[in-house]
Amino acid sequence: MRVPPKVTQAIAVALFGGATVLTLAVLVFVIVFVLGKGLPVVSLDFLLQSPREMGKAGGIFPTLVGTFLLPLVAVAIAFPLGVGTSVYLTEYTVESRMTGVIRFGTDCLAGIPSIIFGLFGYIFFVEILQMGWCILSGGLTLAIMVLPTIIRTSEEAIKAVPTSYREVSFSLGATRWETVLKVVLPTALPGIVTGVMLSIGRSIGETAAVIFTAGASLRLPDSLFDSVRTMAVHFYILAREGISIENAYGTAAILIIAVLLVNAVSYGLMNRFIARRTK
Amino acid sequence: MRNTGERIVQNALMLVAFSALASLLLIAVFIFKEGLPFLLRTGLRDFLLSSDWRPQEGHFGIYPMIVSSLWVTFGAMLVGAPLGIACAIFLNEFVPKSVMRVTKPTIELLAGIPSVVYGFIGVIVVAPLIRSHLGGPGLSVLCAAVILGIMILPTVISISVDAIGSVPNSYREGALALGATRWQSVHMVVLKAARSGIVAGVILGMGRAIGETMAVIMVAGNSVKIPHSALDSVRTLTANIALEMGYATGQHRQALFATGIVLFVFIMILNSLAMAAMKKSVK
Repeated sequence: MRVPPKVTQAIAVALFGGATVLTLAVLVFVIVFVLGKGLPVVSLDFLLQSPREMGKAGGIFPTLVGTFLLPLVAVAIAFPLGVGTSVYLTEYTVESRMTGVIRFGTDCLAGIPSIIFGLFGYIFFVEILQMGWCILSGGLTLAIMVLPTIIRTSEEAIKAVPTSYREVSFSLGATRWETVLKVVLPTALPGIVTGVMLSIGRSIGETAAVIFTAGASLRLPDSLFDSVRTMAVHFYILAREGISIENAYGTAAILIIAVLLVNAVSYGLMNRFIARRTK
Repeated sequence: MRNTGERIVQNALMLVAFSALASLLLIAVFIFKEGLPFLLRTGLRDFLLSSDWRPQEGHFGIYPMIVSSLWVTFGAMLVGAPLGIACAIFLNEFVPKSVMRVTKPTIELLAGIPSVVYGFIGVIVVAPLIRSHLGGPGLSVLCAAVILGIMILPTVISISVDAIGSVPNSYREGALALGATRWQSVHMVVLKAARSGIVAGVILGMGRAIGETMAVIMVAGNSVKIPHSALDSVRTLTANIALEMGYATGQHRQALFATGIVLFVFIMILNSLAMAAMKKSVK
């Protein structure tokens, strides 16, 4: 017997609707669960004190510092490289075999798993360049990891700048670089910042690439050549070695809040950017 | 004067443009430099097809890890792909655009949840459920598949939504005008047109699943053996590297880098497949 189309339609709606609700429910559950268990642990002391007994007691202050510094270093390095690449690809050259190769390299880099970045950063920055486990080794490794994100988002943003803007600038006698600097980049800025924020979000949550390059020291760093422990790494060690499940929850709650905040800002920026573009 | 300045800028930018490609090559070169001599010395067959992993005695066979990685990834796809594609279809075809405008960013926002947090949820919530209802140690292929399946949802959904969204509306209108229901227009017309893009999303999700490390270490149990059921504890390629990298020296360390090479090759194949599928969908 053939099932009438109206019935298959109803079944499809129920099935797909159910799947969507389930997906959202799972993702919301993860957040609510971690915040529910973690937030009661969090207090001003938890945020501002140093850990004692490997994190069994005390707070997480040094890991906050590490979580702030590593992405900062990563973005400081990746930003000029990424934006430079996208400016070159969009403003200084036409599509050719060379740009194809550059795009291919960027896409491949985006797909490489973080453990491979960790292995590379360890062998190259920590050992061969003899930088040791430090903020700079970790920052450089993360910079390579987020480079494709920054290139892609800036390229999209720069492409979206109307050609007429450039033409007006050229007709006023500006050179290509002056046009890029004074017209194209300022217009594309919100889009570029979106990419930067997404990169920061990814760096904050990263563990595998960081633990092998920045180390896991709980001391406050004095310079870029000191080892740090990020919140993600701290959480991993607390949970995996069963040092303190309570403090692990607390750390996870702060970690999730930090990542969601950064991502929310970047999506807000992106929406404003799109709204302006379609006006 | 101005022209020289322009030329300098142009050349500098060209140099910068190669940074991503150069990084990729640098990564490949150094991973291969550490691992390849070992691989050639041991022989590809002994390394890939032997089940004997006893680093202290000089036995390095990663066959169990390869099988485990494939099982865990396959399981993650069974969980993540149908859910993700169903979500993408529902959001694109069955609800008003305003719902989509809220839901899609929410799902993408969740892509940012760190993988260690998912791993922790696996240990605290999923593993005990498996242990008490299905038996076994809890930390298992099944647990890893569930957690990784959830983790890849945002990737699959986001790329599938874009693929389905880029199918021209005239296709749907044509089907509806012929008297098709929404669902008929979806599975007879829209999905056929969006197929390549959806496949690309699923493959990229696979890449994420096979490359995931910390979450898998937490939930897969990490015993070096070929799994006989979904409830067995396993160790993936990524977990093998991360677990032993901290103390490995000499040959042992080279063997871990060689494991990295195997992973690298897997990922490159998956990426190329995804890119080929993407290219087809653009056409």
